[in-house]
Amino acid sequence: MSLVSTHGLSKQYSGLKAVNHVDFELPKGQVRALIGPNGAGKTTFVGMLSGRIKSTSGSVIFKGRDITAYPAHKRMAMGMAYTFQITSVFADLSVEENIALAARRVVKGSSNVNSKVAEVLNKVYLSERYDQIAGDLSYGHQRLLEIGMGLVQSPELFILDEPTQGLSATEIEGFIELVGVLSESTTILLIEHNMDVVMKTAHYITVLNFGETLAEGTPAEIRANPSVQTAYLGAS
Amino acid sequence: MSESVNKAMPSASIKKRQRVNVGIRSVLLHVAVIAVLIALYFVLPEYHSGNLARILVLAIFAMGYNVLFGYTGLLSLGHALFFASGMYGFGLAIQFLDVTASVAIVTGLLSAVAVSTIIGFLALRTTGVAFMIVTLMFAQAGYLTILLFGDYTRGDEGFVIQRADRILFGFDLTQPANRFFCALILFAICLFFVAWLVHSRFGKTLVGIRENEERAEMLGYDIQRHKLIAVIISGTLSGAAGAAYALLFGYAGASFAAVQYSILPLLYVLLGGAGTTIGPLIGTLFMFYLIDYTSEFSSRYLPSDFSSAYMLIAGVALIVLTLYAPQGFAGLLRRKVKWLP
Amino acid sequence: MDFGPYLFAASLEGAITAAVLALTAVGLSLVFGVMRVVNVAHGEFYMLGAVLAWWITSMIAGHPALGFWVAIVVAPLIVGALAMLCDRFILNKINYDPERTIVATIGLLYVIQQSTLMTFGPEARPVEAPFNERIALPWLEPTNAGLQVIWPTGLSTTSYKLFVIAAAVTILLILWLVMTRTRIGLIMRATQLDQEMAQAHGIDVNKVYALVFGLGAALAALGAVLVVPIQQAYYLMGSDPLLLSFIVVIIGGLGSVLGTVVAAVLIGMTDGIVSVFFTPTLAKILATLLVAFVLIFKPNGLFGKRRE
Repeated sequence: MSLVSTHGLSKQYSGLKAVNHVDFELPKGQVRALIGPNGAGKTTFVGMLSGRIKSTSGSVIFKGRDITAYPAHKRMAMGMAYTFQITSVFADLSVEENIALAARRVVKGSSNVNSKVAEVLNKVYLSERYDQIAGDLSYGHQRLLEIGMGLVQSPELFILDEPTQGLSATEIEGFIELVGVLSESTTILLIEHNMDVVMKTAHYITVLNFGETLAEGTPAEIRANPSVQTAYLGAS
Repeated sequence: MSESVNKAMPSASIKKRQRVNVGIRSVLLHVAVIAVLIALYFVLPEYHSGNLARILVLAIFAMGYNVLFGYTGLLSLGHALFFASGMYGFGLAIQFLDVTASVAIVTGLLSAVAVSTIIGFLALRTTGVAFMIVTLMFAQAGYLTILLFGDYTRGDEGFVIQRADRILFGFDLTQPANRFFCALILFAICLFFVAWLVHSRFGKTLVGIRENEERAEMLGYDIQRHKLIAVIISGTLSGAAGAAYALLFGYAGASFAAVQYSILPLLYVLLGGAGTTIGPLIGTLFMFYLIDYTSEFSSRYLPSDFSSAYMLIAGVALIVLTLYAPQGFAGLLRRKVKWLP
Repeated sequence: MDFGPYLFAASLEGAITAAVLALTAVGLSLVFGVMRVVNVAHGEFYMLGAVLAWWITSMIAGHPALGFWVAIVVAPLIVGALAMLCDRFILNKINYDPERTIVATIGLLYVIQQSTLMTFGPEARPVEAPFNERIALPWLEPTNAGLQVIWPTGLSTTSYKLFVIAAAVTILLILWLVMTRTRIGLIMRATQLDQEMAQAHGIDVNKVYALVFGLGAALAALGAVLVVPIQQAYYLMGSDPLLLSFIVVIIGGLGSVLGTVVAAVLIGMTDGIVSVFFTPTLAKILATLLVAFVLIFKPNGLFGKRRE
């Protein structure tokens, strides 16, 4: 059974069809990459999955329940986590408090929160910087912090919108490793431009173009797909 | 996995110790504040110890304001309405329902809860500047409503609450000592409540909402619910201050619902330090004396038409604070003393 | 007086309120539209205009009309210059942050109001109109012999009141021409649409902001100078125009100048009629609640378009 699926999901911005009738299935435990050229509707699509953006028509099913009408916070509480395309952390709070804010909704009791936070800080390589102000961190560290905020919620579905954008080569290596560890316990949906990251992490790929599903398949199938090559890969 | 957790353990236990220290320090600080206030009462000459009761009640008002402004990041320009709800909920019950002071305190608190729930429910459909204007307009409508029902409220002139009605659990609150300690107990309750609140899961979520609302929503927190509860807590604390004012000083009047009384708590909190537990008290103390000296000066040298002249000082203070010290006294102090709650 | 002539007289008074209100509210709307600044001290700039008009007319000897004509030019200029100073030394320093700006302009409100109290005093002071002939107004009365022109007693106005209406319309027309036909108007509109883009095109946004803030205040002052021969100057006279301007700007759609004028006419014209049916206090309660509910349920104004 799929963890999350959409049926005819569409978003229209005053005449412009940003996402058009997308049917999408994501099985439990998979790492799925969502790729496509700029303006293909990827962020709008995951926005409708997470509830940040209201869909014009169609439905979203999560864990067997129709969540189309649910506000974002309710979807998160059901077991989603989301990282923003443009890094969004609590810039004036400490690194530790950032993670703790994410943890407290899921974990009760301050000692449980503390140990969970310490565990996640370690996973995203930020243990040393626990008392720094988040806004003072480097861009790469802020991205890691945001991933940590998702991680600490132990989500069933983890949506990452361009997580490697702006990271250095070594940080990207670390990220790929991290996804490998994460995929053991959670389902991941990844919007990604870096094809190297996609090929190394994804089990399966969905290609969006002009708001519609252009192709779906394993990394090898997508690499071999001629229409994907013309629309996307050929261009880069 | 287990290895990485183990590696993290030492730092976690160090942090835990630090956190416990912060907790103890915070309690000690607040106990010390109360102790200093008690000492001040016995040390200061009568005039100033009399003022102290009034300052404490206004500081409760400011603390209520601070919950919403300092911790949740919502700037209301209509808190006079909540203060007046408590004041009139208390005063009108005494005047027309012939109840005792303790019952009237309950009606005062209930009316503040009711009013803040309604206002919160409506005003929270807006954000930012619109929220400021909407709260201002509701408060203004409330003030005018008090004037409209002048037959009951006696309008701007207000009404006096008789000495017989100002006895709480056998204590005559017209006596200065009783009055001071009643104000102090109320203040202490509110101070420890706020200190506990901002340390709680709920309070920390409010700070998260203040810092980055969108992020907090995407962490699964129901923003509207948190904000509404914050408005109700803030409004109820303000209402408690209003009821206490009527009880301790025996007077309720429409001027307490006017726009100045929405501006003053903002001023107290800005001056003392928004988002700190002791900031509101510091701000109220300073502003009270600043205004007190100005009014004394103006009443000595200027005719009675100029009784509002103290608002000039308030105006200058607002501009100077916005320009040069948006964090207030306690905010500046926090740069040196990081653990300040 | 019969109901017909009475309504005619009331709507004439309403037209004066509407004319002055339109000037004041357009000033507020312009400042909000271009700078995204809510100027709570706007009513005090209005009050300053009236007080300065009194001050100037009482300084200038000779024919009373002379003082008035000097005042109508000089008072708005002084107020505008003062507002530009406030912009430069306060608003600009806090980067026009919306919330801090409101707090700062609240401070400004009290500073201006209380300083006026201390210098000008608590009395209301009159300013003489430059001309003030009484004009009887005709009314068409249906009789057995068809419509007949009658001159009901009490149905009259003054030449000055008609001048106020004409002057306000003229000023608004000039403003409209400036905004749509001149380079400075174009610069203002460009800044309103996209501040960063304007800056990228070499527009000195700081200068535009100072100018707009000055212009907004000057328009309020101009409205006040026009009205002061009818109403008298008083240090607390700024609060009602502030409230009414808020109502007008919010109902007309924040930042829309045309919507503001339409709403000003509507509110100004109904103001007199509403107060016939309600006590002034009740009318004010309804007005404040109207602002609140429009902001809550129709944030783009009653006539505003939906923005995505």
